[in-house]
Amino acid sequence: MVPFILLLVIVGSVLFHIFTPWYSTPIASNWSNIDKTIELTFWMTGGVYVAVLGFMTYCVIRFRNKEGHRADYEPESKKLEIILTVLTTIGVAGLLAPGLIVWDEYVSPPEDAMPIEAMGQQWYWSFRLPGEDGVLGTTDARNINADNPFGMNKNDPNGQDDILIEGDDLHLELEKPVKFLLRSIDVLHNFYVPQFRAKMDLVPGMVTYYWIRPTLAGGYEILCAELCGVGHHAMRGFVKVEGKEDYKNWLDDQSTFKALQEEAKLENKEKLAFHKSN
Amino acid sequence: MSESIVPESELEEVELYHAKSWWTEKVFTQDAKLIAVQYGLTAFAIGFVALVLSWFMRIQIAFPELSIISEGTYYQFITMHGMIMVVYLLTALFLGAFGNYLIPLMVGARDMVFPYLNMVSYWTYLVAVLVLFVSFFTPGGPTGAGWTLYPPQAILGGTPGQESGIILMLVSLCIFIVGFTMGGLNYVITILQARTRGMTLMRMPLTVWGIFTATVLALFAFPALFVSAVMMLFDKLLMTSFFMPALVEFGENLTYGGGSPILFQHLFWFFGHPEVYIVALPAFGIVSDLISVHARKNIFGFRMMVWAIVGIGALSFIVWAHHMYVSGMNPYFGFFFATTTLIIAVPTALKVYNWVLTLWKGNIHLTIPMLFCLAFIVTFLNGGLTGLFLGNVVVDVPLSDTYFVVAHFHMVMGIAPVLVILGAIYHWFPLITGRMLHDGMGRFHFWVTFIGSYLIYFPMHYLGFIGVPRRYYEMGQTEALYTSSAADLNVFITLAALAVGFAQLVFVFNVFWSAKKGIVAEKNPWKAASLEWQTPDQPPVHGNFGKELPVIYRWAYDYSVPGAEDDFIPQDVPNEKVKLAKGHSQLGVEST
Repeated sequence: MVPFILLLVIVGSVLFHIFTPWYSTPIASNWSNIDKTIELTFWMTGGVYVAVLGFMTYCVIRFRNKEGHRADYEPESKKLEIILTVLTTIGVAGLLAPGLIVWDEYVSPPEDAMPIEAMGQQWYWSFRLPGEDGVLGTTDARNINADNPFGMNKNDPNGQDDILIEGDDLHLELEKPVKFLLRSIDVLHNFYVPQFRAKMDLVPGMVTYYWIRPTLAGGYEILCAELCGVGHHAMRGFVKVEGKEDYKNWLDDQSTFKALQEEAKLENKEKLAFHKSN
Repeated sequence: MSESIVPESELEEVELYHAKSWWTEKVFTQDAKLIAVQYGLTAFAIGFVALVLSWFMRIQIAFPELSIISEGTYYQFITMHGMIMVVYLLTALFLGAFGNYLIPLMVGARDMVFPYLNMVSYWTYLVAVLVLFVSFFTPGGPTGAGWTLYPPQAILGGTPGQESGIILMLVSLCIFIVGFTMGGLNYVITILQARTRGMTLMRMPLTVWGIFTATVLALFAFPALFVSAVMMLFDKLLMTSFFMPALVEFGENLTYGGGSPILFQHLFWFFGHPEVYIVALPAFGIVSDLISVHARKNIFGFRMMVWAIVGIGALSFIVWAHHMYVSGMNPYFGFFFATTTLIIAVPTALKVYNWVLTLWKGNIHLTIPMLFCLAFIVTFLNGGLTGLFLGNVVVDVPLSDTYFVVAHFHMVMGIAPVLVILGAIYHWFPLITGRMLHDGMGRFHFWVTFIGSYLIYFPMHYLGFIGVPRRYYEMGQTEALYTSSAADLNVFITLAALAVGFAQLVFVFNVFWSAKKGIVAEKNPWKAASLEWQTPDQPPVHGNFGKELPVIYRWAYDYSVPGAEDDFIPQDVPNEKVKLAKGHSQLGVEST
């Protein structure tokens, strides 16, 4: 029974992998190299898994205790141990090398990538686009108040044309590289879109980043992937990847920091006037 | 591997402490064997709490529409489940329970070198457990910060248990570390200083090597956790900003500023990664010995096994940031830590090869301990190989913080070490109690535990491939990822988890029933060569080894030596006294 169940474990695992309905979502970014590295790792580790367990099962069948049977006495075999060490080292290097090459791509955003800030707080997402100057204005968590939820430095000229999207969807242009600048104003969060195959933590007090090039039009959910309190599982956002025209139309509808500030001022004045007239 | 020259003893034997009353004999005992049992029972008791928490978690994940627990409670349960299992169960069991029981017996000592300190170590551990347990009943309940306790979230209002739970957790960890340090120094010094004559370091069984190296790791690693716990307590209670930058909580600007959340993560994982090996290395050692005994064959490549344990232990201190690839630390760290992490795979793989090669041409007895060993190889190999995914920095990016990680670490440092612990209990139960565990209940327990946990964690990796994040109270409407079939898979996993949980009840019953009514074990029932089975009494009494301490002539693995009649030669038997097989005038192997 024992070898039979061990065989079942091996064969069952392989069949499960082949026929599983549960596998990666269709990729929507340039990171197909990450998928390929996973695939390579699967083949190599899967091979080792089957080989080692197969050998173990064979041993259990072949060398199971029988009347009068006695084990061999062989303390060690230098030759075998060296061969196994060398083979394992080669295998591990074969996994590591492509992994590091792809990691180098992951941490090196292209020059022309558009910076987009994704800002997290308990428990929703906001976004900031650089506007026409292509540069994001500076921010500080200490500046944050009801009128300035992003904590913008009001005197920074770069920030005036920044486009602010609070608690709404983010749109991205197809095939246009994006460098996400990640910022949190309270606790750790993680900006994770499974279809992009990329993620990174948001850490209060610093700005982190990763970059992607969206390759498949469609709408994708943003999930928070770092425990951030009781609302963690509900901290969702939505990112829409679309063609140039649609993207431009969407962009035109968004408001800049300056426009929002003026709107707020106007509102305050109206409130004030309202109070006075009463 | 035997040698007849035995060194003279270097020190006179010191008079052993003898208990004078029932209280000092049975309760405030200084006998390492009883302290081991106290450690074991306490660890299992609190571990059982953590097991029950996991049932609630699994029911919530599989049947979110029932809302059996609230969001806050869910996060509290995952936190307590994780911390209890890793620190209060596994660490305490391997070092406190197995370390205390086996070290003196296996190296030929009458007790630990500092018995009083050893006793204090246990009672301190008990206080730590109680402080942690009390947090279930304080206002706000235990902390729900996740077992990693990452600030700022851990001490802010959006996380349950921030009233008192997080404080009790941090205080409990500090107490635990104090208690462990007392025990840990004892284990290390006993192994280095109190070995009997002839017990050279390279004749110690791998169990002792594993526990020894793990204890050294723990003595270096736990201080990092200690300081981070103290600093976080300061941040919480005194409003210091070690880990707290300027931040805004629900629209309110807090007075913190200038601290670094990443600093905490480095400190935590500087402890946390060695912690994985603090649990794994004793398991490696024990499983090596169990395989050897039950396959009636010496462990293959003993010296390589020793150096692999030591090498893995050393390397475990320079891989910690592989838990932080997507933490926002400097991304160029990724190159270094991915390389060190994959290097550690080499000695680990060699250990797996050597376990399997020990079976080759062995005489395999499929006893319950051996079954647990085989199951350990399956789960450890599985979990080790998925480590090659997560350790290889870029592959970790899509998988990090998903169920792939949950499946990986449960397989490699949850199930695998627990299978070793269970196998070890079946193996040493006759030594500890003088009775055998019931075989039928044991086999039922084994099969449900092994197959059940494999069915829990093998498919769980695939939820991670889809991208399902861990630590989600519910997935809600997330059609692209969480299809109805994925939800069905979660139901299946929950059913398997409940079955495995039930099997543990059978095990607990078996332990208590067999301790009273089990078949009386014959002396050295597994015919093991290592020293703990060669005591004059079984179970061994206070002082372990009768009038004279044993003298060691060989390593712990003289199984099936050609020329000997029996298929094992105990460590304390000299060549002249070995009964030769018919037709042999001497043992068939050259001494080394």
